Parts: sequence; C-alpha cells; structure tokens
Amino acid sequence: MTFLTLSLALVFVLIPIVLSKAFNLELEKDTVIATVRSIIQLLIVGYILQFVFHSENIIYTILMIALMIGAATQNARKKGASIKGITWKLIVTFIFVEIITQGILLGFHITPAEPQYIIPISGMMIGNSMVLSILFLNRFTAEIDAHQNEIELILSLGGTPKQAIHSQLIASIKASTIPTIESQKTIGLVQLPGMMSGQIIAGADPVQAVQFQLLILFLLLTSVVVTSVLLGFLSYPTLFNKQMQLLKVEA
Amino acid sequence: MKESYKAAIQFEHVNYSDGSTSILKNITGFFPKGKITTLVGPSGAGKTTLFRLCNRLISPSSGEIQIVGEKIDQYNPIELRQNVGLALQSATMIRGTVMKNLALPLTLKGSKLSEEDATELMQDVGLSEAFLTRNVKDLSGGQRQKVSIARTLVNKPKILLLDEITSSLDRVSQQDIEELIVRINEKYGTTIIWITHNLTQAVTIGEYSWVMIDGEVIESGESSFLNNPKNDRVKQFIKGDLV
Repeated sequence: MTFLTLSLALVFVLIPIVLSKAFNLELEKDTVIATVRSIIQLLIVGYILQFVFHSENIIYTILMIALMIGAATQNARKKGASIKGITWKLIVTFIFVEIITQGILLGFHITPAEPQYIIPISGMMIGNSMVLSILFLNRFTAEIDAHQNEIELILSLGGTPKQAIHSQLIASIKASTIPTIESQKTIGLVQLPGMMSGQIIAGADPVQAVQFQLLILFLLLTSVVVTSVLLGFLSYPTLFNKQMQLLKVEA
Repeated sequence: MKESYKAAIQFEHVNYSDGSTSILKNITGFFPKGKITTLVGPSGAGKTTLFRLCNRLISPSSGEIQIVGEKIDQYNPIELRQNVGLALQSATMIRGTVMKNLALPLTLKGSKLSEEDATELMQDVGLSEAFLTRNVKDLSGGQRQKVSIARTLVNKPKILLLDEITSSLDRVSQQDIEELIVRINEKYGTTIIWITHNLTQAVTIGEYSWVMIDGEVIESGESSFLNNPKNDRVKQFIKGDLV
C-alpha cells in the first residue's frame, strides 16, 4: 500500500467528523486527536521495528519488550492504586507471562528466535495481560469493597487472610478470564480475528494464517489465566497487615 | 467496679480515630472475668468499634488493651479471635446453607461439625434441625441472628462479645436467647459483654453495665446504677432524650 492510497483512507475519518457535526455529537475534536495520535504512534513504531529487525541485535528486542511492559504497567496500575506495591506486582506478572510464553515458543522451536516473531507476539501477550490486569483489579477491589463484612466475619472467627479473601479472589479470577475463554468458543464464526485477517489481506495463505492465529489463541489462554492467578496471589497478602486486619481498599 | 474482680478485658487510655474522626476517646476500665456486662448508649457512641478492637479486627490509635492480663498484641490473632467470639447485629452470613455457616469456624480449622452438635446448637438458639439445610438467603433477620449466635458458640470462646443480637427478635425469642446466654455464662464461666438498646435487658441480664456516649465511657458499675444514674447525660439517655 502506498502513502497516497493510505491518505485516501482518511475519507473514513471524514465520515464520522461530518456525522458528528451534523448531529451535534461533539466528537470532532476527539476524532481528530485519535487520528493524529494513531498516525504518529504507529509510524514511529513502524520505523522503530524496521530498525530493530534490521539491526539483528537482541538488546533492541529486549528494550522493545521492556518498553511494552513499562507502558502496560503504567496503564494498569491506576486501577489497583489502593493495593500496596501494585507497580512491582504488575511488572513481575508481565515478565512472568513473557517468560512463560516466549520460553515455550522458542524452547520448542514453535517460532524462530527472530525479532519479527518475538516482538509482535510479545506485544499481543503483554497487551492482553494488561487488559486482563485492569479487568482483574477492577473486579477484585470492587469485590473486596462489596464483601468487607464477609471477609471480616471469617477473620473474626479465626480465619487466615487467605481463607477470608478466598471467595473474592476466585470470583475475580473467574470474572476476568471468562470473557477471553468464552470469546474463543465462537471465534471464526462471528468475526475473523484481526491478526489472521491482516495476514490474509497481506496475501498469506489462509491455512497458514489460521495456524498462526491458533498459536496466538492458545498463548492467550495461558496468559489470561497466568496473569489473573499470579496477580491475585501477589496482591491479596498486601490487603492485610501483620495483625491480620483488612486494610481499606477503594474500589 | 470492684477491683477485686479479675479483668477479662482491660482498657488503658484507649483512643481510636478513623482518619480525622475521633470515635473512641480515652477509654479506661475493664470487663470483669466470668461475668455478664451490658454496654448501653445511643447510636454512634462507639460500642461496636470497641468490640472490633477487642476481637482485634482493628487496633487502637493509642492506649493499651489487655486480654486476661496479657497485652492484646502478644496473642496470635487467630487464637485470640477464636477465644474472643464476636456476634454482630448485622449477622453476616456466607453464601450457602445454615449448616455451612454453622460449620464455618471448624471448617477454617480444617475440621468438621457433626450433625449431632449442629442440631444441639440449633436447639440452643431455638431453631429446629430442619433449618440446617435451608439457604441463608431464605432466613428472616431474626433467624439470621440466631444462626449467627450459634456459629459464634462453635469456637467455645472464653469471652463472648454480643452486639445487639436480639434486636430483630420477638419478645419470646429474646427471652430464649437471654436464657441461653445466662446458661452459657453459668455453665462455662464465659465472660459476656452485651451491647443492647434495651435498658430492661441491660439491668436484668447484666451484673455490670457501661454507658457510652460520644466515644466516652460516661458511667459504669453494677447494673442497678441504671435505675438511678448520677450523670446528667446518662439520665438524659435513659429518659430517651439521646438516641
């Protein structure tokens, strides 16, 4: 695709602006900002990736992954601000997910150890983990806020913090992972996954595209469950003090 | 109160604040061991907060609490909470059946409650065995309070903190629970501290009483003082001018 044909695609930006103006939706400013930001951000990423792929230096690949983890942490930490040390818990979770997924992919030679495979797959895994973390932290803090009496009841009867928070922890892990698992049940029936569609449009063999998509889907299953479980078990102890008292958590 | 009684719970200049709000102010005094003490006072006086301190769900901002002569923070929190039972007015239940709730204190210790023991506990609080299989969401407020009391008794606590546990009960059920509590006190020597809004109950059940207003202990002593209080604010409270 040339830059000229891509610029013609801006017609799709004009349509929402015209509709917003016509119906007084006041979306013009945000639409323009979103368009400009996406052009700048993606072009920068494109050129950076081009540089990293050609440099063949592992340091640049590691830096890219570190940048992704940093951005994902920055985004997700606001949702768990009331959990002590949430920044480090998120970093540990994302690194763990990255090690598990890339470890299996590279260890079993499922994908080649090249930046053009490692970086996009890492991006998908860390991005997915970030969304999962936000879902989990949202639900977990809301569960604790809503069930404070039940948690304190168990503590008051001589239960440990782990016993006291068990129901809320399990409910939050389930609630955050179920959407991913459910959406995979209908995948391909309702819509074709984005990555697979992109490969097909770019001229790849559809069966090859499906194989890659399946690989990503299986990796996502691991990353969602690992993210929720790890983040849950890293987070709950900091909700209690040494006297086994429940600390205040703001949902 | 006569100093000759050993204290089950002793407070020394205890203060508790939630943020900038002072809830308990300079509480000093004790609940005598093996006796029933009633705690009365208008809403918002800090009575429930005092109970939460005794069960160590919260810690005082300053001051010291001793349980049977030992500083509260010397105890393992789990052991302390098993020995200082707390039943709150809210009668919070976990999801599931009455049996699941009743067995909870033992489940937490990794053991089971036998059906015979469960039936006996239910009878003690005036509920039939048939209730054991009922889901707690189908219980009335009064029935929940009864299950909550029975559940607290499963740990066989040495000190029992009861927070308005008969507020949702009819008169007959109230009497049943009052008799049960007196029976537990006499049979096991359990120290009982009972928050109540019912002044008749406070005088007849309690050997000793505390009156708390605005986070302070205003008057305490043998319960009969409630019939003829010295303090003006206590007089006002008893007349019903403070709610």
